[in-house]
Amino acid sequence: MDGAAGGGLAAWSLITGYETNDAIGGNLHGTYISLNSFGLGSLGASAGFYDRLELSYAHDWFDTRSAGGRLGLGNGYTFNLDVAGAKLRLFGDAVYDQDSWMPQVSAGVQAKAAENHDVLKAIGARSPDGVDMYLAATKLFLAESLLLSATVRATKANQFGILGFGGDRDRFYSAQFEGSAAYLVTRRLAVGGELRSKPDTLGFAREGTAYDAFAAYFLSKNISATLAFVALGPIARQGDQNGVYLSLQAGF
Amino acid sequence: MARLLLATLLMIVAWRGTDATDLLFEQLGGQPGIAKIASNALDLYFTDPRLAADFSNINRAFLQPRFTAYLCRIAGGPCIYKGHSMKRSHKGLAITQARFNAVVEDMQTAMDRANVPFHVQNRFLARLAPLERDIVTR
Repeated sequence: MDGAAGGGLAAWSLITGYETNDAIGGNLHGTYISLNSFGLGSLGASAGFYDRLELSYAHDWFDTRSAGGRLGLGNGYTFNLDVAGAKLRLFGDAVYDQDSWMPQVSAGVQAKAAENHDVLKAIGARSPDGVDMYLAATKLFLAESLLLSATVRATKANQFGILGFGGDRDRFYSAQFEGSAAYLVTRRLAVGGELRSKPDTLGFAREGTAYDAFAAYFLSKNISATLAFVALGPIARQGDQNGVYLSLQAGF
Repeated sequence: MARLLLATLLMIVAWRGTDATDLLFEQLGGQPGIAKIASNALDLYFTDPRLAADFSNINRAFLQPRFTAYLCRIAGGPCIYKGHSMKRSHKGLAITQARFNAVVEDMQTAMDRANVPFHVQNRFLARLAPLERDIVTR
């Protein structure tokens, strides 16, 4: 969603590419989530430099479908969000350091800009732009075929930023948590779950923690497909939003 | 959730404690299994174009018994490895992470061909992965 290497909801500390400190790697993603009342899409690209620095960009759009009409915005009204990110690996190696408990730890920053300024102002968002900062720790427990990741994020974003930043209930940064667990079933298949807590700043539209359960399948070394069931919690007064998430990723 | 994660971590610690060294050696098929894995791996290393520069000057007949004994010892088997440490034997070779990763990929294929189950492969690879620090020097 945010364009940084990781799961669908959570940012990981891994740097995109093939874990090589002597090469530049890249990744493209296309994701669509079909929810009860909404559609949520994301297209993005990232580049990893020498397993140290990752730069990423993603464009997210949020199709309100018929809920747009109910909200007085018009059927099919669409919110847009652009996310530019940078992530720096600070220490540790999630994959090679199998004789140590030390996870790979990275720090990241994401500059997010939402369009739809007038609507965001009307629902009580303080700003259409915001900057997230996060610290992520990820570790592959290879002997157990298990990957665990935890992220703490300082953010003001409403619904990842699609509904702007800050609101009438809270105008300051809050610390939010993201966690992922993935089990490697075969060389090609991983299954797991994620959660991501979010700020709840808009009196107009409360929000809660998002969850998913996913299966990721590597069609080849370069291409993977992820299917997930997501529960994003309430969005824009339309009740709890559950749905199916499909993502295609290509790495090189 | 934090408590759940902690519980999971503690479970892994307990689990690790019971993962006895000899168990992995047995799961890999004992000495015949490891000999097969080593032979399969060298078949791949000597023909992999990504590794041509590393293996073109190496005598397979010299390497194979040493490589087999080394893998056997890493697996916890009753083998004696008399060769140099990985750090010393790869010194000055300017091996890149990409080439190290190619060796790991070929090792996975070698274990597939020896019918080693995926999760046993991962337990073995977990013991080999830290060698990256000794082998990759560029």
